[in-house]
Amino acid sequence: MRPIDIIEGKVSVLDRADVDTDQIIPKQFLKRVERTGFGEFLFYDWIRDGEIELEPNPILVTGPNFGCGSSREHAPWALEDFGFQAIVAPSFADIFYSNCTKIGLLPAILDEAHCRAVAEAGEARIDVDDETVTCAAGVFEFEVEHDVKQRLLNGLDDIGITLENAGAIDQFEATPAGAHGPVTTSLPS
Amino acid sequence: MKNMFEKIWEAHEVSDGLIYIDLHLVHEVTSPQAFDGLRLADRPVRRPDKTLATADHNTPTDGTMAARLIADQLSRVQVETLERNCAEFGIPLYSLGSDRQGIVHVIGPELGVTQPGMTIVCGDSHTSTHGAFGALAFGIGTSEVEHVLATQCLVQKRPKTMRINYAGALGNGVTPKDLILATIGRLGTGGMTGYAVEYAGPAIEALSMPGRMTICNMTIEGGGRAGMIAPDETTIEWVRGREGAPADFDAAVERWRALPTEEGAGFDTEVDVDVADISPMVTWGTNPGMVVEVTDAVPDPAQMDSQADREAAERALAYMGLEAGTPMTEVAPERVFIGSCTNSRIEDLREAAEVLDGRKVAAGIHAMVVPGSQQVKAAAEAEGLHDVFRGAGFEWREAGCSMCLGMNPDTLAEGERCASTSNRNFEGRQGKGGRTHLVSPKMAAAAAVEGHFVDIRDWS
Repeated sequence: MRPIDIIEGKVSVLDRADVDTDQIIPKQFLKRVERTGFGEFLFYDWIRDGEIELEPNPILVTGPNFGCGSSREHAPWALEDFGFQAIVAPSFADIFYSNCTKIGLLPAILDEAHCRAVAEAGEARIDVDDETVTCAAGVFEFEVEHDVKQRLLNGLDDIGITLENAGAIDQFEATPAGAHGPVTTSLPS
Repeated sequence: MKNMFEKIWEAHEVSDGLIYIDLHLVHEVTSPQAFDGLRLADRPVRRPDKTLATADHNTPTDGTMAARLIADQLSRVQVETLERNCAEFGIPLYSLGSDRQGIVHVIGPELGVTQPGMTIVCGDSHTSTHGAFGALAFGIGTSEVEHVLATQCLVQKRPKTMRINYAGALGNGVTPKDLILATIGRLGTGGMTGYAVEYAGPAIEALSMPGRMTICNMTIEGGGRAGMIAPDETTIEWVRGREGAPADFDAAVERWRALPTEEGAGFDTEVDVDVADISPMVTWGTNPGMVVEVTDAVPDPAQMDSQADREAAERALAYMGLEAGTPMTEVAPERVFIGSCTNSRIEDLREAAEVLDGRKVAAGIHAMVVPGSQQVKAAAEAEGLHDVFRGAGFEWREAGCSMCLGMNPDTLAEGERCASTSNRNFEGRQGKGGRTHLVSPKMAAAAAVEGHFVDIRDWS
């Protein structure tokens, strides 16, 4: 994952609440076994039916509960591949939020009034380290968890970090709690 | 004093924010890129013996019984890729053609590998289903799938806790599906976001395991990541004797009995629901929170409080081809789908078959039933349920996710209206332009017979 620090530029707006990941990337595109190339299928039906228009700007501002529904990481992949580097919304669905942070696509939560102000400004500058969104209407603060921020700023590989801690996993597995649960390799084939 | 979530979470903390995973379920759609990542970094799967795979999302249900025979090229490649990846990394797999293949959230409990007190993840949001056993179970993305494959752990922010207390008893004809739809209708499609939700109270304790699974399954439709129900005798008797059950069952049961929330333990939020007030439910819109009682009419956007709700409702009605004020019992589906990880277990099929026994599907309705697993299918056939479905005019299919998400050939055509026992009525979910109404298996079966929705309580 590449590091992100400053995200700056024009703002695209999708003024809808409860946008689900089935809309972001419809199911027929989930059959690909690659991780790239999903951008051209972003909001496939809505864009092709002329319901919405979206420019591939660095920032997308949208409504509450963005990314609800399916856990498909193809949704953040498609948004990022399309050109977005940050999504600004009043709230996000949990799994979607987490998926975004894993690939270096910044989900920034601002209250609804500030989201509208950024949308109307048309341009913004997001400083990940300072946790601020700056636009013509003012400077708005958002929060990002410390560990998540460090990973985003440094483009760190989550798995690499966890494996540095492999000794702790070994220790856990040596306790009775680490031995609970089924042994799937013992099931009939 | 601790609640059940806290006990399970704390028992699995390897270090701060790093949670150990007892069971990782894998399927063909959200795993290929994760296996590629392992290969790129030259990493093994840490615990193949805590990992189990099946093919379900895009598998055909028409009797194709081997990956290489799948007609759709992309689906074939995806299932064959899963087979190759599982062979390479030593992961047990029930692929297309196995007599244990099925929807990942149906086979886990069926095999007995879903057990109380466990942490369970899968690259699928409906992993919340497994919480019905008193497990902490939730969906993850593909990057996290790769993380769990490599480390058997997950970096996870601790969610807040919510308890929903259900008092009273479900009325005649009212099912767990109606209970969870009514709950989501009340809290909204994002109302549980950020929470692990415990469903509790006498109405929950009275439910069978399949009913509990239906409820936990749809937690994600309220935005909740995990749904949980305390293990009790019903849970223990479900797991007992299954292939994956613990070797020392009595010792496991002793641990399980210590899991339920202690008297006086706190939650960040508590909600009270009287289930006696719940009726059979039907969704009218394009998210599961857009739901009304079957005796109600399609709501009028003009009556809604916020402008955002009005706009969303207007768009939903336009998409669904519905007029405000139309009684739901006049809404007429052309398709009926009984299946999905929400409602495809043997109990669901029995309930639908009871409604259909000796009756026929109304003229012009295309109805299908897709058992959740090959084991469910075999059990249903042993009871003769397939004859009841076929006799009524239903298609009797092979196991898979099927028309819940339309990744396989089972889809709605543009404008087709469907009574569906699945979990999502999003635009295009079951096929581009398809119109989904979420209902219980009984309600779906009755709609198939009458050609429109009916109040199952006074229908005979």
